[in-house]
Amino acid sequence: MTTPNELNLGKRERLRLFTDSAMAVAFTLAGWLAIVFILLIFVFTFKESLGIFTDHEIQKEANLHKFFVEEIPEATTMIDRYIWQPVSEIPKMSFIPLLLGTLKATFVGLLFACPVGVAAALFSSEFAPARMREILKPAVELLAGIPSVVLGFFALLVLATWLQTLFGFTYRLNAYNAGIALGIAILPVIFTITEDGLSAVPRSYRDASLAVGATRFQTAMSVVLPAASPAVFAALVLGFGRAIGETMILLMAGGNAAISSFSLNDPLRTLSATIAAELGEVVFGDAHYSALFFMGTLLFIITFVSNTIGQLVIARMQRKMRGT
Amino acid sequence: MKSSIWTALSFLFFAVACAPAERTSVDRSSGSSAQSAQVASGKPISIKGSDTMVILGQRFAEEYMKANPGTVIQVNGGGSGTGIAALINGTVDLAQSSRPMKPKEKADVETNRKATLVEQPVALDALSVFVHGNNKVKTLSLPQLKEIYTGKATNWKQVGGSDAQIIMYGRENSSGTYEYFKEHVLEKADFAARVQTLQGTAAVINAVAKDPNGIGYGGIAYSKDVTLVSVKNDASSAAIAPNETTVLDGSYPISRKLFFYYLSTASEAQKNFVTWVLSPAGQAVIKDVGYFQLAGGSAERSAAATTNTASPSNP
Repeated sequence: MTTPNELNLGKRERLRLFTDSAMAVAFTLAGWLAIVFILLIFVFTFKESLGIFTDHEIQKEANLHKFFVEEIPEATTMIDRYIWQPVSEIPKMSFIPLLLGTLKATFVGLLFACPVGVAAALFSSEFAPARMREILKPAVELLAGIPSVVLGFFALLVLATWLQTLFGFTYRLNAYNAGIALGIAILPVIFTITEDGLSAVPRSYRDASLAVGATRFQTAMSVVLPAASPAVFAALVLGFGRAIGETMILLMAGGNAAISSFSLNDPLRTLSATIAAELGEVVFGDAHYSALFFMGTLLFIITFVSNTIGQLVIARMQRKMRGT
Repeated sequence: MKSSIWTALSFLFFAVACAPAERTSVDRSSGSSAQSAQVASGKPISIKGSDTMVILGQRFAEEYMKANPGTVIQVNGGGSGTGIAALINGTVDLAQSSRPMKPKEKADVETNRKATLVEQPVALDALSVFVHGNNKVKTLSLPQLKEIYTGKATNWKQVGGSDAQIIMYGRENSSGTYEYFKEHVLEKADFAARVQTLQGTAAVINAVAKDPNGIGYGGIAYSKDVTLVSVKNDASSAAIAPNETTVLDGSYPISRKLFFYYLSTASEAQKNFVTWVLSPAGQAVIKDVGYFQLAGGSAERSAAATTNTASPSNP
């Protein structure tokens, strides 16, 4: 015999069971969705660039050999040898100036952000009083929330002028200017990861070091930092991944001239900025279009690899720290 | 109990989230049906293209919307090439271009949109060359400009200035100004790799205004805080400053037309807008912005208008 009350309870429980499992399915789907999106984006980007491998018409203007190897025949200087000039009577599509530009900006960016980020992380985890740390950490992380277009604008109008008056650069917009702005953008990544790594170093390390008479500074520099060195490495790699895909800052502050030179005084043009600036006007499916999508694929692969390496190193370090 | 509340809430959220989408789709269909019935409808006219013409298009739109409250016009930049690509792909109603469309682009529009393309010059521009106010160089010949921008002349003293490296600024290759300059000044040669390409004429002017050794080019309406270079056809001819007189009599070597491109199947509202732009009221805006009214005034305008109305609207 079931009383109305019991029946009611059963219904409720069934409903609860149903919503529980429905929610579980929904969350699982949401989780997989992210992976599916990444896959789909990669497949789409790659598919659009496929013309450079399959289409003979496109291959006349754009192919891997032209992207990475081919030189302009009569050229005498490096700048004239590798040229990105896709809108031309004879399109010239060398990725070399763009790759160099990307690497130059990333190099300066890391050169700026690494010492600052690691030092700030050391200070925050080893020296700062608890109250100061509570302010410092969110403040640096807030930096990540600044839209890159704002940073780019700042670099374009303010930073470039400062740097030029300070160092007398020939070009207002150059690799230093773009790189420092980029460094500000990746600073939070480097700071956060390094800080997490330093904080994960067990208390016993510090205690042991202090017990044998080392100062706090000695402890931080020669015990804690080396123990957390995988985290510093991971921060570098993840910062690199973030920097290489950054677009707006470089589009605004880099000067956008595709110059094949190693000089940091020259303006630069990155792969990402080239995609952003040129994709708007290309004819769907032609050589230029395929080349731009191939750049996208290339950037995707580079960031994917560097992010994977970074995450793996972090995971390994966490396991190790837990083990000890 | 709690979870069922959450389920209900999330359903509610979805319902709310979906509702506006439905509403706009209803709006759109009713809008287009109303449009065939009456001239002034709510469907916005979208305009995209030349960065040189953005300020012009925006002023046209402002003035026209003031006079015709029923019409909504949206104006965007991005470069002539971007506007033309959008017209080909069918995402805009009207493309502004600071260069004439290429035959291939015209064919692409007509096959993709299945309608005749209308080319309508709306104003004249003096493609201007800018240098910093302190630069000694005040005149340049077309061959000198070509030498500078192809990278053959790299120092200001090679063109009569002081001993300093020339810092070149230019536009992205989606820009009509880029293509016009390349065709008429560089004679189709490539720009030097050291040209820094910037987004929009305003950015070029800004850069030149800050750079004592800079040089840039762009539409005359943007020139502010920079010196406009007088241009010579060749080394021996007279230097011509870009202004209304020299553009209208054709003596300034690099003046050009600014165009509207749209389809013959355009809505009445849009055709009315174009007619207004060509009317004295519309043309008055041009001078305010800083460009020049079409040469020959009514003659060319009415000729263009008659060929446009005469062109059949079949595919």
